[in-house]
Amino acid sequence: MTHEIVISGFGGQGVLSMGKILAYSGIMEGMEVSWFPSYGPEQRGGTANVTVILSDKPISSPIIDTYDIAVVLNQPSLDKFEEKVKPGGIIIYDSYGIHTPPKRKDIDVYKINAMDEAVNMNNDKVFNMIVLGGLLKAVPMVQLENVMEGLKKSLPERYHNLLPMNKEAILRGMEIIQLENKAELNKIMN
Amino acid sequence: MSEEIVLMKGNEAIAHAAIRYGVDGYFGYPITPQSEIIETLMEEAPWETTGMVVLQAESELAAINMVYGGAASGKAVMTSSSSPGISLKQEGISYLAGTELPALIVNVQRGGPGLGTIQPSQSDYFQTVKGGGHGDYRLITLAPNSVQEMADFVDLGFRLAFKYRNPAMILTDGVIGQMMEKVTLPPSRRRRTEQEIREQCPWAALGKTPERKPNIHTSLELDPVIMEKNNERFQAKYREIEKNEVRYEEIQCEDAEYLFVAFGSAARVCLKAIEMAREEGFKVGLLRPITLWPFPCKIIEEYAKKVKGMLVVELNAGQMVEDVRLAVNGKVKVEHYGRLGGIVPTPDAVLEAFKEKITK
Repeated sequence: MTHEIVISGFGGQGVLSMGKILAYSGIMEGMEVSWFPSYGPEQRGGTANVTVILSDKPISSPIIDTYDIAVVLNQPSLDKFEEKVKPGGIIIYDSYGIHTPPKRKDIDVYKINAMDEAVNMNNDKVFNMIVLGGLLKAVPMVQLENVMEGLKKSLPERYHNLLPMNKEAILRGMEIIQLENKAELNKIMN
Repeated sequence: MSEEIVLMKGNEAIAHAAIRYGVDGYFGYPITPQSEIIETLMEEAPWETTGMVVLQAESELAAINMVYGGAASGKAVMTSSSSPGISLKQEGISYLAGTELPALIVNVQRGGPGLGTIQPSQSDYFQTVKGGGHGDYRLITLAPNSVQEMADFVDLGFRLAFKYRNPAMILTDGVIGQMMEKVTLPPSRRRRTEQEIREQCPWAALGKTPERKPNIHTSLELDPVIMEKNNERFQAKYREIEKNEVRYEEIQCEDAEYLFVAFGSAARVCLKAIEMAREEGFKVGLLRPITLWPFPCKIIEEYAKKVKGMLVVELNAGQMVEDVRLAVNGKVKVEHYGRLGGIVPTPDAVLEAFKEKITK
């Protein structure tokens, strides 16, 4: 099984680190992984994205054109990646940053109010972990215990006291994600 | 530190591998997309553990000349930069070659010419394997296509550089430098002691001892008769390297009717294109040169007798394709596909180009 994922949002939303934690979780799960960021000026104030591939086989190209899953956290990201999701694939979007929801009917569309929830939890730093929780609920590609191991590996030791808070955020994300559109099979066939 | 699997960028892997190899000195100047090399080295602070020197020089010129000095004293020294910075280092690289000194240079290429872009490119192939600096010299050139090879080629690069007393380059690009993958870092070795350097490198300028004459390193020789002899010695060494050190990888070549030839990140894109091509019934294989100099001419010549056509895929306007055509010598169709100025071709585009240029 191969999961080709793009995570995209504003620079500073934790897109790259969410990708890194997901990739590390994949390693803990015994999978092959690759993580390729957009790098350069577009990360400052603009849109940052990262391509993460998890697979049980060696990964050929870290750069791909179409994705199984797009996690989009702002409007420019949705505009850029909606068309690049494979038929039958998945879009997960945060309603806070997106005013025009995805239109495609041949993919599963999930909504997660992660920004609102981060505000409820009084901690905007865990925003990306709420989103990660939602992603793992939609597609349980790695087990929670391996995510926690991945988090441990990604975070410098001085932040390990924050692990329980991150776990709580992941679990919240799993609870609040909602399926908005189920892919219509006949549309996929076409 | 023993072997452990970690997730890191190619640039970070080079830094960690350098510390573990027992490198004596790194001299560099930051430039995207390779700044993580010097950043990681500074974070790791190896001067407190192995005694390795890490220095941010005032310019690329200073950095390569610090490498020149360190190399002359038999130390394992390295520098890294990206395309425009590597252009600045060319004089020093020519001097290293002309003085027969070992050193490792890393080029994490970005799109040119000039300051160009910061996005990935392979457009420094000509510069690296056809000269770069002045004079009849060759640069041992390794082209990693994974984060693991970024780590592994630090060791290989230094081994070849010291074996042949010649500078070696890791020629990579922004894709491999910036991407993260699993990597098994090599076990740590301690740096060589001064006594070991004296024994292993009798040529090293480490201060004269009573038993030997001074070691003098210079590329200057005003007597052309001697200078020709020097050049003949260099050339004999290059022939020896061409004989012994060609490295390449063959993937799905056993039954291949067509061949992709690609190195580094382009080879990764080709692997995906091969999966797609084979689903459509095209038997395509990949020949991936690992050493760009010495170039794997012989194996390409052999495949020219077996396959119906070759597509050379590069992140440039067609550079390595010239060497492939020389090796093939007209026996089979060789076409090129590339994107320019920092754009990485997608597997779909490679497949389309293959169908259009090779199978029709």
